[in-house]
Amino acid sequence: MSAIKAKHQRLVLLVIALVALVGAGLLAAWALKNQAAYFYVPSDLAANPPEQGRAVRLGGMVERGSIHKAADGVTVNFIVGDGKARVPVRFTGITPDLFVEGSGVVAEGRMEGQTFVADNLLAKHDEKYVPREMKDMTAGQAKQVVAETK
Amino acid sequence: MHGFANPARFLRLARWLMPLLLVPGLVLALGALAWGLLMVPPDRLMGDTVRILFIHVPAAWLGMAGWSTIAISSIVELVWRHPLAGIAARAAAVPGAAFTAICLATGSIWARPTWGTWWVWDGRLTSFLVLLFLYFGYIALASAAQRDAASGGGASRVTAIFGLVGAINIPIINRSVVWWNSLHQPPSITMGKSAIDATFLVPLLIGALGFSLIFGGVVLMRMRTLLANIQAEARLRRKAMA
Repeated sequence: MSAIKAKHQRLVLLVIALVALVGAGLLAAWALKNQAAYFYVPSDLAANPPEQGRAVRLGGMVERGSIHKAADGVTVNFIVGDGKARVPVRFTGITPDLFVEGSGVVAEGRMEGQTFVADNLLAKHDEKYVPREMKDMTAGQAKQVVAETK
Repeated sequence: MHGFANPARFLRLARWLMPLLLVPGLVLALGALAWGLLMVPPDRLMGDTVRILFIHVPAAWLGMAGWSTIAISSIVELVWRHPLAGIAARAAAVPGAAFTAICLATGSIWARPTWGTWWVWDGRLTSFLVLLFLYFGYIALASAAQRDAASGGGASRVTAIFGLVGAINIPIINRSVVWWNSLHQPPSITMGKSAIDATFLVPLLIGALGFSLIFGGVVLMRMRTLLANIQAEARLRRKAMA
């Protein structure tokens, strides 16, 4: 009887400890909410403009049709948007392979006037993995192709 | 469950079960890797680098599954005092750490061509690196506690408590890409939905099953080793007493 009671006591203690632990973890994660963000999106920059020249990271989608190569061949200008705000970005250097229109990008740099001048570009991949041959097909077409090639 | 508290009975079962996990695990994992590396078409954006998926993702899952095993075994050890629970927790640490290291290494190699960097300190990458350091701490603490137990101390509870406290990192890893803006993309596979095309998903899941079986086999193997060590130490102690 006393063995069962001791076991019961340990279980209750453990549950209390676990609840406290998860609570502490959630509170810490909540407090980190903004500090732990790897980048700002354009609407963050619009709401809270950083000081000119302060190093920040800007992340968002490269707007379709907005990439323009400058005459020197290594400078690109494009617009990063998040559906609410848009920021023009200038970058000089080699862009990553996944840097294409309509996909995600994180730029490291600073605001100079109204333009974000980037020292470094990182491409952000989305969560989709699709074979090259099927990228333009609808789900039904793709299924048909898979069935035919089996 | 306490039927297996008898180590002799557990050892008989483990000896029989180990090849049953390891052999199909190796066949499935190697088959899925060959499928993923040689037969799958390139991804629409990433091209051939997508093939790292077939080792990176199972390694990530098993790195986290390893600590989940430690946490559950630690609860069983603390509450029910099951004699094999502490052994199971310690046995899961080394394979868990190995898969975590594989996940970090392959992720870094994958990040260079796709994102344009080897490493960034975003939420997902940082919390996963913390997992690796937690494994190192756990392994060091467990071996110290074992030496302490051999000399008659009672430090093995500390190991279990550390295993339990460290488990808070697992939901943080899982949610990191949802809570915070991160360079790592959000989860591709969520409850019943997948953004990974079936061409990639099928070999990925087969590979994950294969690596999981290998993981289970290695945990059993390490449990047998740890039990044998404990027996040998006890025997040595008895000899020293006599």
